[in-house]
Amino acid sequence: MSSIDLVEASKTTDAVAPVQLRNVVRQFGQQRVIDGLDLDIAPGEFVALLGASGSGKTTLLRSLAGLDSIDSGQLRVPRARAAVFQEPRLMPWKRAWKNVILGLRVPDAKTRAVEALTEVGLAHRLEAYPATLSGGEAQRVALARGLVREPKLLLLDEPFAALDALTRIRMHRLIIDLWRKHTPAVLLVTHDVDEAILLADRVIVLANGKIAEQLTIDLPRARDTGQEGFQNIRARLLKLLGVETLEPAAQANGAARQATASSVRRFAHG
Amino acid sequence: MSDKIFETRGTSSSFFVEKTVRLNAARQGASRLAPDWLRHWRTPEALLRLISPLVLLLLWELASRWGLIPPRVIAAPSQIGGTLWAMIVSGELGRHLLVSLQRALVGLSIGVTIGVIAALISGLSKRGEVVLDSPMQMLRTIPSLALVPLFILWFGIGEFTKIALIVIGTTFPVYLNLFAGIRNIDPKLIEAANTLGLSRRELIWHVILPGSLPSFFVGLRYSLGISWLALVFVEQINTTAGIGYLASDARDFMRTDVIVICLLIYSVLGLLIDGLIRTLERFALAWRPTFVRN
Repeated sequence: MSSIDLVEASKTTDAVAPVQLRNVVRQFGQQRVIDGLDLDIAPGEFVALLGASGSGKTTLLRSLAGLDSIDSGQLRVPRARAAVFQEPRLMPWKRAWKNVILGLRVPDAKTRAVEALTEVGLAHRLEAYPATLSGGEAQRVALARGLVREPKLLLLDEPFAALDALTRIRMHRLIIDLWRKHTPAVLLVTHDVDEAILLADRVIVLANGKIAEQLTIDLPRARDTGQEGFQNIRARLLKLLGVETLEPAAQANGAARQATASSVRRFAHG
Repeated sequence: MSDKIFETRGTSSSFFVEKTVRLNAARQGASRLAPDWLRHWRTPEALLRLISPLVLLLLWELASRWGLIPPRVIAAPSQIGGTLWAMIVSGELGRHLLVSLQRALVGLSIGVTIGVIAALISGLSKRGEVVLDSPMQMLRTIPSLALVPLFILWFGIGEFTKIALIVIGTTFPVYLNLFAGIRNIDPKLIEAANTLGLSRRELIWHVILPGSLPSFFVGLRYSLGISWLALVFVEQINTTAGIGYLASDARDFMRTDVIVICLLIYSVLGLLIDGLIRTLERFALAWRPTFVRN
């Protein structure tokens, strides 16, 4: 009834979507957490998944990461996939570079670790134990650990939620840089509507285990929250998530609002 | 922890300074006569802390001299010191210590080995737990002292019984702690390891074993202590050497000085063992935040 195909990297051609979900169902007891979900993610596509708590986002991500099975339907994911969670989940007893290459079976592992950590700007922290890293640094090590595997699919489960606002902005830029360089398909689970619009090609809103709405974000890159069209998308997504925005009032004094908006703009690089 | 101690020292010493200043102010007339170095003299904390034990020791010595404490109850400190010196010089103490040390180490290494193997079996596999855990939980509640008569019946009164009793005592702390350590590893780390594609063997080697090492050390600490305690009663069974023998022999001849020496040896060894484990932990658990920051 259910099938999970792990696609080897060599077999996938660029044309085939690395992630294909057909009528996927996952239930706990009587409750269907994922209820007949269809989803395709194209190669190199950046998809953000929004949804209220309990909408099935995390369950979906866990199924894609291979941490959870499905009850029925079809799920195709590449074998080369990596996940970064809200907590860095580094092994406290391993130095940063050893954490990066954990489970990696290549002969020149140390060189690869150095490269990956240099990429995330941690070349000077190779020998550090996770206990000595700051929250942002630890999350960058976790990112390096994911990317060193050259994944076709990168799964991000609210990876910036526990970081402070400034670190988060830097992480947004870093993730876009790395995504451009390595071109994996990315699925980002987040609560932050702005973050989703800043980063993703497509934003999916999940409700009751189904796709309630999806929006293709075609804002030009190097996005920021003050960009034309950004607030419209934001308002639409918030409405879908059940948060009413002050649309009419905002339009009435649009000029004044524009000024304040640009002074508190949020940016994404790339 | 060391920070905290440092802080209390700092506050107490500053309190002390204030007090002297006030005292100086009160008795300015008298202190004017004293030379400068004497007025600013401050006794080191360590010396101050030694005063009360020294006074106690002195009182004890005087009480013994005046016959207030008969030697049958406890010997005078000077006599204990003299006996200790004589025993060290004659090599008697060294001989007994060596025998005890050997027994404790043999028993401990066998006990710890069994404990580790059993904990790995029941910690790493569900089937192992079903088979092994309940007998271990039953056996651990039996006091090893209660086994002495049975072991003597089974194995006689030779060296085997002594070692076996130490083994019984040291197996369970290691088993219980290591088992708990293996089972209490953060499931999030195990999940992370699974997404990284670690095989079962790699998972055990890179995640579960290093993660349960702190718990193992807790168990080892207990076991080391128990191995020494076990000597006290084990070495009362048909022995002619060992610290436990020394103590029981001294009891028979009412040599309170030798008994006190045995007790001293126990406390000094306890201190040494703790230092040894600390050093081991410093190397094996170098990643822990407490060690990393120091």
